[in-house]
This record gives sequence, C-alpha cells and structure tokens, in this order.
Amino acid sequence: MKVGLFIPCYIDQFYPQVAIASLELLEKLGCQVAYPFRQTCCGQPMANTGCEQDAVATYHHFVELFHAFDYIVAPSGSCVYHVRKHYDIIEQTEAVKRVRENTLDLSEFLLDVLKVESLDSSFPYKVGLHQSCHGLRGLRLGTGSERVLEKDSKLQALLRLVKGIELVELSRADECCGFGGTFAINEPAISVKMGKDRIADHESKGVEVLTAGDMSCLMHLESIIRRQQKNIKVKHIAEILNGVQP
Amino acid sequence: MNQHAQKAAEFIRNESRTDWHDEALWFIRSKRDKAAHGIPEWEELRELASQVKSHVLSKLDQYLEQFEARAIQNGVQVHWAADAEEHNRIVHSILKRHQVQHLVKSKSMLTEECHLNDYLIERGIEVVDTDLGERIIQLKGEPPSHIVMPAIHLKKEEVGELFHEKLHTEKGATDPKYLTEAARQHLRQKFLTAQAAITGVNFAIAETGGVVVCTNEGNADMGVHLAPVQIHCMGIEKIIPKAEHLGIFTRLLARSATGQPITIYTSHYHRPKTGGAMHVVIVDNGRTAQLGREDFRNSLKCIRCGACMNTCPIYRRSGGHSYGYTVPGPIGSILTPGLDLKKYSGLPFASTLCGSCSDVCPVKINIHEQLYRWRQVIAEQGHLPAAKRQSMKWAGRVLSRPGWYNFFGKIGRWAIRRLPRPFLYNRFNEWGKDRELPEPPRQSFKEWYRENKRL
Repeated sequence: MKVGLFIPCYIDQFYPQVAIASLELLEKLGCQVAYPFRQTCCGQPMANTGCEQDAVATYHHFVELFHAFDYIVAPSGSCVYHVRKHYDIIEQTEAVKRVRENTLDLSEFLLDVLKVESLDSSFPYKVGLHQSCHGLRGLRLGTGSERVLEKDSKLQALLRLVKGIELVELSRADECCGFGGTFAINEPAISVKMGKDRIADHESKGVEVLTAGDMSCLMHLESIIRRQQKNIKVKHIAEILNGVQP
Repeated sequence: MNQHAQKAAEFIRNESRTDWHDEALWFIRSKRDKAAHGIPEWEELRELASQVKSHVLSKLDQYLEQFEARAIQNGVQVHWAADAEEHNRIVHSILKRHQVQHLVKSKSMLTEECHLNDYLIERGIEVVDTDLGERIIQLKGEPPSHIVMPAIHLKKEEVGELFHEKLHTEKGATDPKYLTEAARQHLRQKFLTAQAAITGVNFAIAETGGVVVCTNEGNADMGVHLAPVQIHCMGIEKIIPKAEHLGIFTRLLARSATGQPITIYTSHYHRPKTGGAMHVVIVDNGRTAQLGREDFRNSLKCIRCGACMNTCPIYRRSGGHSYGYTVPGPIGSILTPGLDLKKYSGLPFASTLCGSCSDVCPVKINIHEQLYRWRQVIAEQGHLPAAKRQSMKWAGRVLSRPGWYNFFGKIGRWAIRRLPRPFLYNRFNEWGKDRELPEPPRQSFKEWYRENKRL
C-alpha cells in the first residue's frame, strides 16, 4: 500500500509539529509513507474566494504529484473535502478520479483503512474537541447536531483510544469557530466573535487542551487565546494520537 | 469592507446585545433539534419533501395552470404578476374595485418583498399588519429582521416603550402578556373595521385550487373571516401537487421553524365566502429566472421556515438587518444574487461555508454549496474588489509553483518572526486587530523533512 502524505500549506509553514506527528503516527502504525516534496496546497484559498479558475493550476499540480498513490492522507478535513468535492471543474481523467476517490482525512484513514483499534499513547488532560465543519458536515466524519441520525464521530472514537484522556461535553457540540478562510479577514468582527464564543464554551467546561481535526480552526482559535492570554492549550488531533504532551 | 461586514461590525459593537440575540435564536434552534429528534423518520421526511419540491419545480408550469383552473372552478379570481410592481398594481386595483379603505394583513414575506405596504399607504389605504411581530416592526417603521420572527431583534423593553408611545400602554411596562393583550385589543378594532384581508400563502394545492396559510396567532383567519374581500398573494414556487402531500410539509415546517409540532392554525381557503370575493395573486418577481439557473434552482424549494437563520452563526451575531433584504440569512444570501448580483455581491461571502444551514434545511436545499457557486459567479462577472481579485491571481501563481511557494513561505515566516510589531500589526492587518499572528517556526515541515529524511 503506497501512502502519500499531503501536508497543507499553512501546516507546512506554521505547524510542522502537526505534520511530524502525522508522519510518525502513520509510520508507527506500519505504513510506508512518502512525502512528495514538490507539494504546495490544495487550492482552496482561491476557490473559496470565488476564484476557482485561479486554482486550476494548483489542482493539476496536486493531481500530478499524488495520482500514483493508493491513498493520499492529510491531517485536514477541510483540504481533503476540497480535493474530493471541488476538483470537479477540471477534466475528470483517470488520475483526477483516482485522486478524488483516494484522498482521505487522517481520521478516516486510521479508522476505515487501517482499522485501528488501539493506540499506545496517553494524554491525561481535559480535552475539548472542536468539530471542524468541513470534516463534520463535508466529509461526514461524524453526525452533525442538525441531523436525526445515530450519533457518531470518528474523531471522538480515535480520542477515546488514548489513555487517560477526559473528553468534555460542550454546550454547543459543533458550532463553527468563525475561521472560514478569507472570511476571517473579510468579516473580522464576526469571525473573532465566533472564535471568542467557542473558546468561552471550552473554558466554561474546564478544558485544558482544545483539539480539532483541522489546524486552520485551531490557528484561528489559538490566535484569540494568545491575544486574550487565556490558559488553554491547542493541539491538533494527530499530536494527541501520537502522544505528544502539551 | 462589504456592506454586510460593516453592518455586522456595528451590530457586534454592543456585545451583550449580540450575545442576547445569539442566545435567543440558539434557543429556537435547540427547540427545533428536540422536535426533529422526536420524529425518527425525520431524514426520510426531509428527503421526501425535497423530492416533491424537485418534482414540482420540474413541472411548475403545468401545476400552476392546474391550480389556476381548479381555483377558477371554485369561484376564485386568479391574477398573474410578473414582478413586484405588477403585483402591487393588481392588489391596488382589486382594493379600488371593492372601494377598500381599511385593510388587514397577516404575515406575508412576499408582500414585504414587493414593498406592498408603502405602495398602498401612498395611495391612501390604511394597511395594518396583524401578526404581532409584524405589527411591532410596522409601528416602529422597520423592515423585518427574520422571516418567521420579524421582531426578534427587539427586546421586550423596547416593545414596551414603543407600545407606550403608539398604543398608550403604561410607561415602563415590559410584561409580554400585558403588551400582547394591548396589541390584541388594538388589533381587534382593526379586524372589525377592515374591508379586505391579505394573507401570504404557505402552500397552494394544484389538485384542489386551495391555499393553505400557517399561523400561530389565528390572525389570518380573523382577517379573512371578517372582511368581505380576501386576497392571497403567493410566489409561483408555493405549489404542491396534491392535498396528500401537505402533511409532509406541515410536519416539517413548524418543527423546523420554532420547534412546535405544528403551527396553532393551519387554515385552508378554497372558495369565497357567500357574498364575498376571493383573489389569488401569483407572483414571479425573479423566480422564473432562478428556476432557469441550474446551480441555484433548488433555492426555490424554500418553505420559509427560517431554520437556516436560527442555526447560522453569522446571522445570529449580525442580525437580519445586516443583510439588507427581506429574506436574510443563508437562504437570503443565495436568493439575492439572482435579483441583483452587484448589489448583493457581498452576501455569499457572509458565510464560513460551515454547512449547518444545508443540514438543518427541511427541504434539503444545498445552501452552502450554492453560496460557494455564487462566489464563483460574482468573481467571473467582475464583482470582486480589485485587490482581492489580484491577490487571488497571485496566490494561484505562487501555490502552483513549488519554488515560489517555498521562497515566499520562508520570507513570510522570517517577516513575522523578525519585523517589529508595528510593521505587522497595523490598519492593513485585519487578522491582527483582535488576533495574534501564528508564531512561525524556524523550519517548515519541508525543511525538517529534507534534513531528517535525508532527501
């Protein structure tokens, strides 16, 4: 099984520890992981701003680098969703179809492909899980609170495999953090207010570490936590699963 | 900054009020969740409703003609209006013909959309909105901020003050029961003297030629039963094929809107009362154009429950008036660009694309996907601000070239690490007003990988 690791641009540049944790975790679980060195981005920043034509070259670049892998795994539900959902505007060659079908979020790959049932990491902290929207409602990594279906969450299932972890229940289980890509800059007032409200929910439940499947949400939340000097740490789920301590 | 962003920023400046607004709507959303979870087949019901609507939209012309024929058989006078102007003219001519001076209205978002009140008032007709929320904002001279709860942005203290001024209630009174009773007495007079009643239409049944109006206050019935002339105004998309389909929608509507199992009144109007007249005005006003847009056609499935507003984290924190249109929130943001792309080009960007609106929608409109598509149309047609357009062109160039990407990434990280704070945090940095920039590492993952994996 050939696994290609896709590290989204902002993780590569700002959060290498999340990429390292993802790589180590996959290797620990016995995967042969390749990291195509010329990779850049999935193209979402342009497309979500309405300029998907400006993203086409990036789409082709992504497909060229990743089409030969059996699975393309990324620690980001949002970027994975973008590849699967929005690479529909380029010609649907075999390579494009393969890439769209086989690009998975880390949590999907761990549970659905590797069928992970145990992990030897421990994380004895009170953890609040932020359900990133594109993973939750785009990839259906869990049941959103709007839907009348059996409750399920891949991220929660994985976190429960970690020893000593205490997952808290939030008052609003899956409200958006307010990042939304360029939304954060176009509508800064609401974006920040949404972030503050999410943090307050975690804070009121005594959360020590806030986690999510998408580092972009955490980047936004952490930026507010740091400005307001709050005592909450932020860790991507890959770091927790890999046993990185805060 | 676009208009929504500006108005949202103004709204948020009063943070405790924003919190109050957010909580009030979240409470409704929670009630909706409870009600929906009481129906095990909820998702099936949504699918069914969505499919019925798809079917109707694919044969809308036939169903509208069937509806018209049946209604005429029942003695109803049917009128067709291509746009708001024609709708207003038709309503006015009906009122003129019947020499109506006093008119009561139950809630109708369509007549709000057409600005009927102003049109009639200018022509000397007294128009009284009889839905409590609508009456409140009418007295206040404001547009509705929500399609189901038009005065949700007002606190009871503000309503008390308004009623004191307009209805002479006691000064400082805030008890909702007392204020409602005052409105009830005031409206009773209006009902008794009205010569005509206008209602909106929730559902129009092609098979029977009847219209169905859902209210909680019974004000549609009060108006229609007392006034000799009744006028029902409906958009072309309100059709359902048969009476047997109605139950699908009434089960979804009130649960989605307010968390009630059903609205208190579900009123069916089929024919004029003895000695009276019944008119139905069928309005297009941009709907056919929307029907012709494949990517956006589904927006016409909307049954105006308002659930997408209640769930929208942006609507809850910016208020309905920030959208600048009768139908605000996520659904408004996909309807308005079809009416005036330039004017409303900011609205599809008033979203994080979180997708909650699509999942809460009882007729499964893919709202967040349509927001994404409208963004593409807005950029294609040149309605993005030039700076944004250019920055995306450059982003596209950089992100498709690994060498450029690595280079600019390194420079960016260096700049954030090394530049003095005023260079980074200033009026050009919208991110940094209330947020810190990330703390960039010395090494990107790529650089780490090259070093540690000996590439």
